Amino acid sequence: MKKYFPYLLKYKKALWLAPMLVIVDVVCEIFQPALMSKIVDRGISQRNLHYILVTGGFMVGLSIIAIAANIGNIYYSSTASVGFSAELRKGMLNKIQQFSFSNLDKFSSSSLTTRITNDVNILQDVIVMLLRLLIRAPLMLVFAVVIAVRINTGLASIIAVAIPVLSVCIYFLLRRGFPFFEQMQKKLDKVNAVVQENLINVRVIKSFIREDFEKTKFGIANNDLRAMSVKASGIVVLIMPVMQLVMNVSIVAIVWFGGNKIISGTFQVGQLMSFITYITQILMSLTMLSMTIMAFSRAGASSERILEVLNTEPDIVDSPIAKKKNWLVQKGKVEFKKVFFKYHAGGNEFVLKNINLIVHPGQTIAIIGATGSSKSTMVQLIPRLYDVTQGNILIDDIDVRNYTLRNLRNGVSMVLQQNELFSGTIRQNLKWGNVNATDEEINAAAEVAQAHDFIMSFPKQYETVLGQGGVNVSGGQKQRLCIARAILKKPAILILDDSTSAVDTATDAAIRAALKRYLQGTTTFIIAQRISSIQSADKIILLDDGKIIASGTHQELLKRSTVYQEIYFSQELKEGSPA
Amino acid sequence: MSEPTNIKSLPAGLPGRRGKLFVEKPKDSKQVIFRLWTYLRKQKILLVIILGLLLINTTATIAGSYLLRPIINKYILLHNIPGLIKMIFLLLGIYLFGAMAAIFQNRLMIVVAQKTISIIRADLFSHIQSLPLKFFDSHNHGELMSRFTNDVDNISDSLNTSVTQFLTSAMTLSGIFVMMVYISPMLTLVTLVIVPLMLFVAGQIIKRSKRFFTSQQVALGAVNGFVEEMITGQRVVKVFSYEENIENEFEAINYDLRYKATQAQLYSGVMMPVIQNLNTINFALTAAVGGILVLKGLDMGGLAAFLQYSRQFGRPVNEISSQYNSLQSALAGAERIFQILDVVPEIPDEPNARPLKRAEGDIQFSHVMFGYDPDKIILKDISLFAKAGQKIAFVGSTGAGKTTITNLLPRFYDIQSGDITIDGIDIKKLQRNSLRRALAMVLQDTHLFTATVMENIRYGKLDATDQEVRNAAILAGADSFITRLPKGYLTMLENDGGNLSQGQRQLLNIARATVAKPAILILDEATSSIDTRTEQIIQKGMDQLMHGRTSLVIAHRLSTVRNADEIMVLENGEIIERGTHDQLLKQKGRYYDLYKGQFD
Repeated sequence: MKKYFPYLLKYKKALWLAPMLVIVDVVCEIFQPALMSKIVDRGISQRNLHYILVTGGFMVGLSIIAIAANIGNIYYSSTASVGFSAELRKGMLNKIQQFSFSNLDKFSSSSLTTRITNDVNILQDVIVMLLRLLIRAPLMLVFAVVIAVRINTGLASIIAVAIPVLSVCIYFLLRRGFPFFEQMQKKLDKVNAVVQENLINVRVIKSFIREDFEKTKFGIANNDLRAMSVKASGIVVLIMPVMQLVMNVSIVAIVWFGGNKIISGTFQVGQLMSFITYITQILMSLTMLSMTIMAFSRAGASSERILEVLNTEPDIVDSPIAKKKNWLVQKGKVEFKKVFFKYHAGGNEFVLKNINLIVHPGQTIAIIGATGSSKSTMVQLIPRLYDVTQGNILIDDIDVRNYTLRNLRNGVSMVLQQNELFSGTIRQNLKWGNVNATDEEINAAAEVAQAHDFIMSFPKQYETVLGQGGVNVSGGQKQRLCIARAILKKPAILILDDSTSAVDTATDAAIRAALKRYLQGTTTFIIAQRISSIQSADKIILLDDGKIIASGTHQELLKRSTVYQEIYFSQELKEGSPA
Repeated sequence: MSEPTNIKSLPAGLPGRRGKLFVEKPKDSKQVIFRLWTYLRKQKILLVIILGLLLINTTATIAGSYLLRPIINKYILLHNIPGLIKMIFLLLGIYLFGAMAAIFQNRLMIVVAQKTISIIRADLFSHIQSLPLKFFDSHNHGELMSRFTNDVDNISDSLNTSVTQFLTSAMTLSGIFVMMVYISPMLTLVTLVIVPLMLFVAGQIIKRSKRFFTSQQVALGAVNGFVEEMITGQRVVKVFSYEENIENEFEAINYDLRYKATQAQLYSGVMMPVIQNLNTINFALTAAVGGILVLKGLDMGGLAAFLQYSRQFGRPVNEISSQYNSLQSALAGAERIFQILDVVPEIPDEPNARPLKRAEGDIQFSHVMFGYDPDKIILKDISLFAKAGQKIAFVGSTGAGKTTITNLLPRFYDIQSGDITIDGIDIKKLQRNSLRRALAMVLQDTHLFTATVMENIRYGKLDATDQEVRNAAILAGADSFITRLPKGYLTMLENDGGNLSQGQRQLLNIARATVAKPAILILDEATSSIDTRTEQIIQKGMDQLMHGRTSLVIAHRLSTVRNADEIMVLENGEIIERGTHDQLLKQKGRYYDLYKGQFD
């Protein structure tokens, strides 16, 4: 709870005023039955028309004040709860901006999105409820009990019985119902999972004609869900009738005991009538309170998910030295010194083992190796997407951890294997590389990435609007746009992680040639599957199971490394002997 | 019944729509209610019982309050204790009876509602199974999922409680009104002044809140969309140190939502308490005027009962207005579900369609023209012939139409003109299932099911023995990594096989196709994520797999297709070159360029 205070702070006034207004409302409402009984017992029995009118007028007046108080309460509670959720969303999004890759690995992106949207909305609803109902119900309860006792202490003992009886009933219903609700949620997740998988796999299902198989699978999940829903909802719908029963039986008791008192002359008809109203209010408040508490406990899960985000400490941050020195990446010399790395501190096997490497400014380094040999991992350490577990990585002879993240990543541009474009025009997307880029610079970068021509073939050219994730361009076009975006930075170090896999070989070659011209002096790392993409590199690193097993130029490796030869011959054609 | 819905005319699902936040109206309520009724009708008897119980409960409530009148008038005021005892037991009996009715009614309704919902869900799922691929191309998963979750939930909530509460409230309201008139027509006039005022205020508030909800919904959609996009692209954000820009951009749309949501909350929140307060005014006026009327001859018990009624009046009014909202959004949800149920399924087999028995695997395309959108032709005049057992390869740049060709053979899409035949029979004249049974596909994007490795491979042939599965895995080169998994073939795959590498998933897909033993095999970039060394290792298995089968192969890596019987080079939907590897190299055309590019 404490964790949320900063997000509420801005709305202190509203948080304070909303409950005050609830008190006003409750006070106005609580005296209505008492006044009504006065009309009956004094006004009517004394045949005092004036008294009836004055008291009636007073009641109407109280109602009007209550309306005003209510509107005020709604206004402040809306302001506070909606404001709170806006601050919380902002806080979470900003927190995620500080996350490192390994922080991000702990959450799936869909789960993070749900946390910022749905879970925050659920908390917002809870705050509204808190400011409107959770204060109102107990207040109402207490006031009504006090007044009932004052009217007639003897009769009030009925309340002393009714409240525990109803509480116990509701408690047992909820306790029985809760586990069912949890299970229902699980069954629902199951149904959704089947549907989701079905949608993803639609081609597989159709090609293997497994429609009936899938229907059966769904049928089972669907039936499970139905059975559990009947159990869960079947219990919750009992709360209202049970409450009504307790209330009605209490009314009967009041009529009996109250009636006897009237007959014996110690009680009045008007008081009996108001007493009935008070007990109704008391038991209604109690039910309301239990419903609110139920909603609260359901929100607990959302709150936990939110706190999990807020409590995650970003594990890659600027070091004090970095902030003080404010070094910039300039030349582009890269050095790996006895680098070891594993993703989880607790994991027992290193995915990178004793990597040593020196790359001089302007060199092109290629990394090749089988799937799972940690090629991507190795290059991701350079811009500190992950931090090394042991050893050092130096850029221009300074440890990467002594640069600020901003300076480091401005100097090191990376084209990720799993890349994203964002909704917006092509120009806006490219400008991610350099917010101040001129049109000429953008065109030049696009030309290098072999993207200019296809961009110009679109009716709106650079102003073409891309859908989210770049859905309206092909895979190869997307990769070329991502390259253009990355080189627009004019980085000292460029990393291409399998970033032309969907580009045909001719274009791939053209990109490589253009890059060489465009980025003279830039240190380049290339990860690729095709030998053709890397054979002109200054140095080729052959990675296997997280270790460098060979390095050298294409010709050297061809002579020295049998693994390299195998890779090479698996791609090379006997007839078309390469140069 | 409505006209079948055109695929493209479906409205996009509202992003991030939540329960009662936004009240949408169905376009044609009558029709939607009628169709919902066709589902509910199946449980007519239970529904009649529920209605009966509802009536009993409502009557009990109203009668109980009315009994106050004789109790006060005849027994309490006249000091008749034995009579009072009798009345007390009568009252107790009525209330108990009403409570029993309420309990049974609520539980029965849950049974009916959940049964109905599960039928609707199953219908929706079955129908989706029958839809053509075209439908899935034009609808994103999130949108379809939201029909399964949000829309179905809305109907479920409504059926669970809203329908009966709505009916109870309406019955209570009219019952109370009748009793009020019966007790004192004069006093009823007071209520008649307040009720229209209540309705007017409610109407005004609803009108305004609807407007604000619409704008809130738009703002909420913008926030959700932005968050989703930036979270998905978070790694790119970091690589470009774009964090601050994101924060600033979010600030603006987030505060826009705050403003609009506050308005919406304000108007929707004000409704309930204001109605309640108006009802308190009604109570106050009734008490005052009733007091005067007692002086003029109204009986005391009558006033007591009347006051009891007028206190009860507010609740049903509130309930009706709030249930009305939830009913509306349920109907809107139902309408969206029915829209999907109305999408025309895959064209059924022609009446005289033949089954394809023991296909040889001769494939012929003649002058095939096709476009996903009939106005935008993608494949132009494609003709090709594959003899049984041959391997045909397709190469060319991305977007040339290679995958499209392979989508036509299983009739995922129907061609605009030309013919496709298998063993000389037009595929349109074949029973679709027998056609698809004859071929197996290994697709570019590899997806797996939440199930064991064994079950995933067995998907290709449901009655395959464990040994058959194992053999298929060995042939596909998947056996060695499977046996190294913690539980071997019984390892559960979750999250679309998230714990496997892309290459391993491709191997499983190949195994799945292998176990199906099809006459025709389609491999669309089936080994693209497998490194070349592993590919070479599994090559023998692949050759064995393709042996005796007609296979259509798409590959980027030309080494994979070198030994094809014929290679088709595609460019912009046309076959521009064809021949064997050697012939094409000699031509020194496009293939030669591609080849040179890869090996220079």
